[in-house]
Amino acid sequence: MVVTLIKEAIRVGMVFLYGSTGETIIEKSGHLNLGIPGIMCFGAIGGCMGANLAYGDGTNVSAFGVILSAIIFAMLFGGMMGLLYGFFTISLRCNQNVTGLVITTFGAGVLGFWSTSIGKDGITFFKVSLLFTESMFGEVGNDWFSQIFLSHGTLVYVAIIIAVIAAVVLRRTRTGLSLTAVGENPGAADAAGINVKKYKYVSCVLGAAIAGIGGAFYYLDCTRGSIEPGVIDAMGWLAVALVIFSLWRPGIGILGSIVFGFLYILPSYTTGLGFAEKEIMKIIPYAVTAFVLIVISFFNKKETQPPTSLGVNYFREER
Amino acid sequence: MNKKTHEPIIHLVKRVEVNQKQAWGIRIGAFLLSILVCAIVSTILSGRSMGFFFTNFFKGIFGTERRIWNLLHETAIILLIALAVTPCFKMKFWNIGGEGQVLMGALGCAVIISQMGGEYSDAATIITSLVLSIAFGIVWAVIPALFKAKWNTNETLLTLMMNYIAVCIVNYFIKKVDPMGTGGLTFSEGVIGEIGGNEFILKIIVVIIITAIMGVYLKYTKHGYELTVVGESENTARYIGINTKKVIIRTLILCGVLCGIAGFLLVSATNHGIGSSSTVGGRGFTGVMISWLGHFNPLGIALASFIYVFFSRGAVQVGNLGRLGSSFPDIICGIFLFIIIASEFFINYQVKFRNGEKIREFFMPVIKVFEKMKPNKEKSVKKDNKEQTEVEAAEITDENTDGNKKETVTENEEKEERENGEGITAIPSEESETETIKVEK
Repeated sequence: MVVTLIKEAIRVGMVFLYGSTGETIIEKSGHLNLGIPGIMCFGAIGGCMGANLAYGDGTNVSAFGVILSAIIFAMLFGGMMGLLYGFFTISLRCNQNVTGLVITTFGAGVLGFWSTSIGKDGITFFKVSLLFTESMFGEVGNDWFSQIFLSHGTLVYVAIIIAVIAAVVLRRTRTGLSLTAVGENPGAADAAGINVKKYKYVSCVLGAAIAGIGGAFYYLDCTRGSIEPGVIDAMGWLAVALVIFSLWRPGIGILGSIVFGFLYILPSYTTGLGFAEKEIMKIIPYAVTAFVLIVISFFNKKETQPPTSLGVNYFREER
Repeated sequence: MNKKTHEPIIHLVKRVEVNQKQAWGIRIGAFLLSILVCAIVSTILSGRSMGFFFTNFFKGIFGTERRIWNLLHETAIILLIALAVTPCFKMKFWNIGGEGQVLMGALGCAVIISQMGGEYSDAATIITSLVLSIAFGIVWAVIPALFKAKWNTNETLLTLMMNYIAVCIVNYFIKKVDPMGTGGLTFSEGVIGEIGGNEFILKIIVVIIITAIMGVYLKYTKHGYELTVVGESENTARYIGINTKKVIIRTLILCGVLCGIAGFLLVSATNHGIGSSSTVGGRGFTGVMISWLGHFNPLGIALASFIYVFFSRGAVQVGNLGRLGSSFPDIICGIFLFIIIASEFFINYQVKFRNGEKIREFFMPVIKVFEKMKPNKEKSVKKDNKEQTEVEAAEITDENTDGNKKETVTENEEKEERENGEGITAIPSEESETETIKVEK
């Protein structure tokens, strides 16, 4: 029971991890992208299409090819929305909150439309999703260790690898330091010779691409190929919350995502509670995040603050 | 200046003074463009003729008397929510928690109706529910304000989280009252019914009054002035003796009151019930966008919300008749908002090309043809180029006079900024000044 719970928590948590790793990269450049839910919707469309394309009629398919194709398409679709967001906020200097919310509306609409239109053709992704849910390490034993650590699909490990790479790059390399500088004080970064626009664009597109895989992962792995619109947007907001919970560090985000995944599935695993009590349990991730946000502002330590210029567009010629 | 400096191909200049005529030209152009794009998109998606889109789009809006009332009513509700968050934005307090605040207002109303409805007189129930709605709205709006004032907590993220906490609380309430229900409650007693045979008129009048009050409040009262100053520069506000914390909290209380009223109207007068996702249904987020599109000016917001609702209702009709599903309006509204947001950029900034004159000469024949064909959009773009020199001349004189004035006002603020090491940003702006002068020569 406990093993299944942890296993499922890790699995669901990875959706948040993809989203929050992407959002962290974007926020580090000083852009608060509230379009993450919409971007994840787009990633889901891209991933499902990519997987289906590589799957073909189901003969002579290699799991590797299908998964790779899904990842590439999800990144492409997500990245496209990231580029759109970047174009609006970086080049056109539109309000970031407004642009993000529009992307969320738009993305959710497109996913909803797409899911009803494929419903007509009777395409299901169940067979494709089998390639995603099967363990990356082949047959594994029934002991708790291999169930928790080895029994997941490939994309779970991809999420963790991406998060680790992001954590290292953000904290240990020159690129990460420059990106942090751009997010903290773009004026100073510009004066120091950092190409602010380039950093912002790359982080917006890359972050959105990573978040896009999260959307694809959710439908191809967590729901086993059934497309139910309206869920992924709610998860997207939790991913945004996880960024705060993890204090803008993807490394902490790995643990945080499992905690969030645990809290997310907990209501459906607990017995003996009424519907009303289960609703109250759903508050926990949001409430904990709000609490963390307040606590970090209370202690006001430089290490744990949001990027200083978060939400503020940079226009070089403005003081 | 002796050295040949690198000059980018495209160069953006913020307009010092926005030419209103030109701005409206761009806006109307964007509006027409977005209708056209939406028509094309829906034609592709539905596989029907363009005429199908246009007839049903306008039928959906003006087809029957009831639809017109619906249009006005929906406009009123979105306008009210947008007005609620406007003072916050004017203060640069990015309150995106309109959704949660309205939902809490709705909850306050629902709690009272479910407790008092039928047992007490309708009037007593309605008044009590209004009071509790406002109280709940205030509580939900003031929490982030308190933390912002006290510890400078990031309000965008906190209000975002509180939206979802509100959703969960409302779900809890619904399940508590009706454990086996489908996720919604309906009330028949203790709600506002039709007034004079029309169920919409009351809300529309209430919102018109609130709009007028808000316009006066923001423009002519001391409170309105203070919150604008806080938004422009917190340092200036503190320097001239404004208690910024007090202003933040006071403004958010106002926001909470309006959100509470919105929640009350939605439950008591519109839906006669409550559902966590259906009652507010994303209007809180829409209000944020509308408020920004309306430039935080009540009249502008009224216009923006009307146009937004205009689009969404037309799209709903097209989606229904074209069997495009319930998500189709979201796509249309998304496209519409993208185009409108992008148009704001062209109002606020001027795009200059390095070889601007050459490009213009090259395209001169095309521009002339377009000028004759399309009166709206293209003309405004063309005007942009034509008036460039005039605007520039005005810009430079303006910059001189304005610059002097500004310096005296913000001297202290600037000093502080320089001490913080942010003075570096001043350098590029000087560059731009020299550049505009260079172009002028």
